[in-house]
Amino acid sequence: MRNGNLVYLTRKCEFSASHYYHVPEWSAEENQKVFGKCANQNGHGHNYTLEVTVKGSIDPESGFVVDLKDLKEILNREVLDVMDHRFLNKEVSEFAGQNPTTENIAIAIWQRLAGKLDGARLHRVRLYETPDLFVDFYGEE
Amino acid sequence: MKAYLTRRYWFAASHRLHNDRLSDEINRETYGKCNNPHGHGHNYALEVTVSGPVDRRTGMICNLVDLDSFVQREVIERFDHVNLNCMGEFSNVVPTSENLAAHIYDLLRSGFRHAHVEKVRLEETSMNSFEYAGGAEARH
Repeated sequence: MRNGNLVYLTRKCEFSASHYYHVPEWSAEENQKVFGKCANQNGHGHNYTLEVTVKGSIDPESGFVVDLKDLKEILNREVLDVMDHRFLNKEVSEFAGQNPTTENIAIAIWQRLAGKLDGARLHRVRLYETPDLFVDFYGEE
Repeated sequence: MKAYLTRRYWFAASHRLHNDRLSDEINRETYGKCNNPHGHGHNYALEVTVSGPVDRRTGMICNLVDLDSFVQREVIERFDHVNLNCMGEFSNVVPTSENLAAHIYDLLRSGFRHAHVEKVRLEETSMNSFEYAGGAEARH
């Protein structure tokens, strides 16, 4: 019986999406200077890897921190159905007014998941844009 | 909104773990095959984590171009394809990955101005890695 012990559980999933970076108040030259090839308005794509870590005590009856089936369904509904094979700037509401940088996508995913997990707390959202670049978000600090 | 961004870089270097203040026998005992007189090499993977508020306009903690150019200039160009034991910074310090990680952290922390340098994580091989956050507990 390990009731009371804090355990961290991480679920991983992948999605593919396109995006570009642009600040409307800036000139085309300024956007190009700051964002480089990410400023191309036709967009470009990545295979994103998402790791969602939740924390909680082990339920003495089920032995679970969180029901993985539920977590998978929430990730499918809140993230993959919304972002997979989409042009983030044009098709995901959070990015109508802000750039879909890896930072902002990680925060948007956190906000979509927070409060929807029964019995466990969201600990970290880690989003890989490539194997050599990732962002961690732990909620508002 | 504070977030953490990690970028991964690569460099290849050689080293020999040997402390001149210890006897040859104790060096062999302490460092094993890493004490081989002619040294050996690794492909190091370096993860640099920076943190800060996400800029409202750009959506970025810092521009990756700035981070990449700084790490390239201050770390990769310095340590890629060199023998670490021949570097001035390791003339009196054994170039273990612990010491190398701490040294790289200090280089980044003292020079990079575009975001807060949170920690470095140095993989010597796929089986071992070292983290340094200036002596503070690294966040996981």
